[in-house]
Amino acid sequence: MFGYEFMREAFIASTFIAITAGLVGVFVVSRNMSFLSHTLSEIGFAGASFGILVGISPLAGMIIFTMVSSVAVGSLSTESSRREASISAISSLFIGLGILFLSLSSESSSYATNILFGSIVGISAKEVHQLMILALVVIVIFIIFYKPLAFDSFDHIGARSAGLPTRFLSIAFLVTLALSVSIGAQIVGSLLVFILLTLPGATAKYLVHSVPKLIMVSVGLSLAGVWLGLYLAFVTNWPVTFFISAFEVIAYFLGLTYKNWKLNH
Amino acid sequence: MIVTKVERKVCEGKPVIEAKNLTKKFGKQLVFQDVNFKINDGEFISLVGPNGSGKTTLVKIIMGMEKRTSGELLMDKKQTVGYVPQFRNIDLDYPLDIESFVRLNLKFTISPKKRREDSEQIKQILEKTRLTHLQKRPLGLASGGEKQKAYLAQALLNDPKVLILDESTASLDVEVKMQLMDLVQELNEKYKLTVIFITHDYDLTKKYTHRALFFENNTIKPISVDEISEDMFE
Repeated sequence: MFGYEFMREAFIASTFIAITAGLVGVFVVSRNMSFLSHTLSEIGFAGASFGILVGISPLAGMIIFTMVSSVAVGSLSTESSRREASISAISSLFIGLGILFLSLSSESSSYATNILFGSIVGISAKEVHQLMILALVVIVIFIIFYKPLAFDSFDHIGARSAGLPTRFLSIAFLVTLALSVSIGAQIVGSLLVFILLTLPGATAKYLVHSVPKLIMVSVGLSLAGVWLGLYLAFVTNWPVTFFISAFEVIAYFLGLTYKNWKLNH
Repeated sequence: MIVTKVERKVCEGKPVIEAKNLTKKFGKQLVFQDVNFKINDGEFISLVGPNGSGKTTLVKIIMGMEKRTSGELLMDKKQTVGYVPQFRNIDLDYPLDIESFVRLNLKFTISPKKRREDSEQIKQILEKTRLTHLQKRPLGLASGGEKQKAYLAQALLNDPKVLILDESTASLDVEVKMQLMDLVQELNEKYKLTVIFITHDYDLTKKYTHRALFFENNTIKPISVDEISEDMFE
């Protein structure tokens, strides 16, 4: 399968995306932001359509939209119940906007399909480089802020009591989440990017109990999902997104079953 | 509960915290005005008084999370303060085990020597707080008392001179409360840790603390254990 250049490109891009999503996912889950990451992917769809409409790249449109909205959500309110209501309102508006931008632009509907469902095998070398750089930016931010971010994500009240700048950390995290949504959407599509951003992290939670192990298992599951997905898509010619989502969902339920079994034994 | 009278240690050492004409207002609302008190090194002191009388506000000023309106609060800037907050959102699904939870409060380091020291410190804190045998238990599955011990262990990590407990015993049953307080008392006596205990529990105040600061009508009054009465907790 590596005899084909497009498969090599797809493989490199998806490896970087999986590492980023697996890493960020652990913190998405511990900060209870699964819902927000879902919404951000819908906002990303609107951003990509906007990019097409005004003639910039869909990735750039996506980054602009997700960054602005995640920082806005982060600074609007810290109370989660109020945040959830406002997030779902914003989310509906952005799906509508995405459809509007696409219909206003002269692009064919295949573009919309690519944005929504992913198009990893059609990725160019230049796009792979862009994704690699963005993924590295996210990883570097995580390395720099790892300790305080882990403290704030796994024990917000304790971190605040210890005098950590929790508001700054929250916004820094939202920025990396926005970037991760934008790069992840390139492979699985904006509709399903939240799968990579939440399920491996949520599965890891049932299996291991320290922050470094959670990251390792989450990244591992994320990598296994995209690699297996790419291979099976190559063999069967079915969409890669289907295999990735099927793998991550099965892993999640196996994890949940294991945890329940362990509780009873 | 019958409270036996115990011999009180009188701590007349150097004050670790001293308030001089300290005043705090939120907008026009007065919390306390011109209060003066000292908390001495190695003391086990409780903060008592009705809800909303300013106990947590004073603690926030001590922690630097809230600004005073006027007056002075003297304390050594270098002295670290450990704080065990009242509420924590740890649900049944919480993934970290007790050791990893305590570890969250460690500073980042890449130095192998510092990492070894950190691990040794974690080991000692877990021993001090009697958590060694429970260190691999997920915190979400730990009992109320074990959780409180883990919060305590995390707050002790940076070797604080002063430890503040914010109603840490509130949700525990009597036996577990006593175990936790025995542990805090041991830390206070053995390691000369100054303990500030915010509480609504009359029996614990009488049994464990050396004296109290009583918050009422916008004042804070230092009182001895003998002056503490049950009606202060209503």
